[in-house]
Amino acid sequence: MENVLELKNLKRHYPIYGGVFRKQVASVQALDGIDLSIRRGECLGLVGESGCGKTTTGKAIIRLDDPTSGNILFYHKEKKDGVDIATMSPRQMKKQGIRSKLQMVFQDPTTSMDPRMLVKQIIAEPLREQGGLSSRALENRVVELLELVGLTKDHPMRYPHEFSGGQRQRIAVARAIATNPEFIILDEPTSALDVSVQAQILNLLHELQQRLQLTYLFVTHHLLVVKYISHRLAVMYLGKLVEIADTDDLFNKPLHPYTHALLSGIPIPDVQHKLKRIVLSGDVPSPLNPPSGCRFHTRCPFVIDQCKSEEPVLEEVESAHKVACHRKNEVRKLVYDQFG
Amino acid sequence: MPKLIQAEDVVTNFYTYEGVVKALNKVGLVVDHGATFGLVGESGCGKSVMVRSMMRIVQEPGQIEGGKVVLFFNGDQQQEAVDLLQQSEAYMEDLRGNHISMIFQEPNAALNPIMSIGDQISESFLFHRKKEMSKKILEDLSADDCRVFLPLKKLQQTLYTIAADNPKSFILIICSKIPILSLWQRRLKREALQRSIDIIRKLSISNPSETVHRYPHNLSGGMKQRIVIAIALACHPMLLIADEATSNLDVTIQAQILELLKDLKKTEIASILLITHDLGIVAETCDRVGVMYAGNLCEVADVEKLFQNPQHPYTKALLESVPKFSQEGRLRSIDGAVPNLVSPPSGCRFHPRCSHAMEICKQTFPEEIEIEENHMVACHLYVK
Repeated sequence: MENVLELKNLKRHYPIYGGVFRKQVASVQALDGIDLSIRRGECLGLVGESGCGKTTTGKAIIRLDDPTSGNILFYHKEKKDGVDIATMSPRQMKKQGIRSKLQMVFQDPTTSMDPRMLVKQIIAEPLREQGGLSSRALENRVVELLELVGLTKDHPMRYPHEFSGGQRQRIAVARAIATNPEFIILDEPTSALDVSVQAQILNLLHELQQRLQLTYLFVTHHLLVVKYISHRLAVMYLGKLVEIADTDDLFNKPLHPYTHALLSGIPIPDVQHKLKRIVLSGDVPSPLNPPSGCRFHTRCPFVIDQCKSEEPVLEEVESAHKVACHRKNEVRKLVYDQFG
Repeated sequence: MPKLIQAEDVVTNFYTYEGVVKALNKVGLVVDHGATFGLVGESGCGKSVMVRSMMRIVQEPGQIEGGKVVLFFNGDQQQEAVDLLQQSEAYMEDLRGNHISMIFQEPNAALNPIMSIGDQISESFLFHRKKEMSKKILEDLSADDCRVFLPLKKLQQTLYTIAADNPKSFILIICSKIPILSLWQRRLKREALQRSIDIIRKLSISNPSETVHRYPHNLSGGMKQRIVIAIALACHPMLLIADEATSNLDVTIQAQILELLKDLKKTEIASILLITHDLGIVAETCDRVGVMYAGNLCEVADVEKLFQNPQHPYTKALLESVPKFSQEGRLRSIDGAVPNLVSPPSGCRFHPRCSHAMEICKQTFPEEIEIEENHMVACHLYVK
């Protein structure tokens, strides 16, 4: 399958300045070398705890936040060869038509929309930015988009505060698909919503993906949601990818101890399902000063000396199943022995 | 099991500029001794208002307008039952944190940023346990190895005898206001701090004697939530109310806190009233579940019954709209959104979204019916 995006050794370090001369004294390593390829037409789930760099990855890909180093190759649908957008100037991006192909839906629909703009202005904004549409065509397009996301044509003349959370998120989705993008980053699109509304939005996203042949990067910390919608999953821990696999593969036979812990930590809405839980001690370490070697070693129940000194690389174990762990071949047995 | 707290027909309204928000419409629930009761529902359905009404901490412009909240101190003995809604504010102050305590949703908002952790936990000891602590200090003072300058010792002994007798005595209040004399409380504070260290040691926080001198911003989210739990647990409450205690935490931290609550239930506290919107947490930790919708309780049952054999259409829809571990195919969603409670739908409040809605649903409010043993449903589909 062809790729839409390829991230190569992507890094994002936030500098910390100190002293009289405001020299850089340290850096927060939010992203520390990410290699990831996103295939056309898939939904890739990106999971991890808060502060592990999920959102930073999303923002770096669409250049809302410039990466420190590394490459982002974007493959246009018509053109064959990839363009490196990591260092491209914003003007160049717009000129080549890349900006409109990469869109994002933000976490909280109340804060991602201007409260003083009408819904039609909100949705028309990206179209207006592109130019080339008459005002009547623009209006028709807005209504068309609203109907696509399940709202009606009497909604455009309202303000965001007049809508419920679920409807607001629908408007945000309509804004994101306005420019016919190829790739959308969904940054926790359902975490601010209620359970019953969450299902509506998930179904909507699923339908839109099939209808418009979109590619998603679904950033979330909720594993059951991501299991429902995504084809592949990438697990992050402290600025590094620790495991990538097909969703079913990852849920049925996880290889990294962290993935094991994450999966066993999900409260499952089923009374018959009784699992023994792997409870990790402690908190996620600060990315300001990450642990040496494997970054997970401070909380890992199966830590050995090698983990403390050597950093594991992300290697392919089975087909399309990559994991970064020194004891990847033993983990399943260890988990089985210790936790049943 | 004997009852611990029973709420009956609680009505709470909020008087806002847009109109009267009828947040609770005659809600009743029973928490048994030693049980974990889960209250689930979407946001805005009145879960938090319900427990706040039970503790009488509904904020302005809200008003509790009717009903009963009966607390049974000693099992089922009716004569010792107290209706909390009829008591004075002073009585409630004494009760909150002592017999019933609450863990709030957001640890960042629940903790005071300019007070050290130790001071915040000590507060509840200093408020509720002054008598007990004064007695302990008196014993320490009379012990032989206590080295205090003699006249001071006499003075301290007198003051602590008064405190052990009546902690709200007028003399003590005056003493606390006068600069030098207010130092008499130092021993009391030290004792409270010691107890705080003990309690956070139980919650498996590493290095407790140092943690008490830290401030909330020094701690991580999971640690802060543990501190909030420590404050709630300080005086060994009979009932612990956890209002979305884990919803802002990460999966691994949430697992830690849930395990902690389970352990505490075995050792420290009698009952837990858990409010959450996560059905997974309910399935794992609760014994009995109440499902709320738009200010009404629509179904109450034991966990197994509710998850395997839900009766109310809303409960069914809610259970189907959550992604499961073995999810296949499309998720079923509930159309529409939670109604605005300023003008709630007539009759059954769920009828605009209900797939089984009948003519009677629009007119009359359904009564609660016991369809099985301990399984209550408020729906017109089921007739007595």
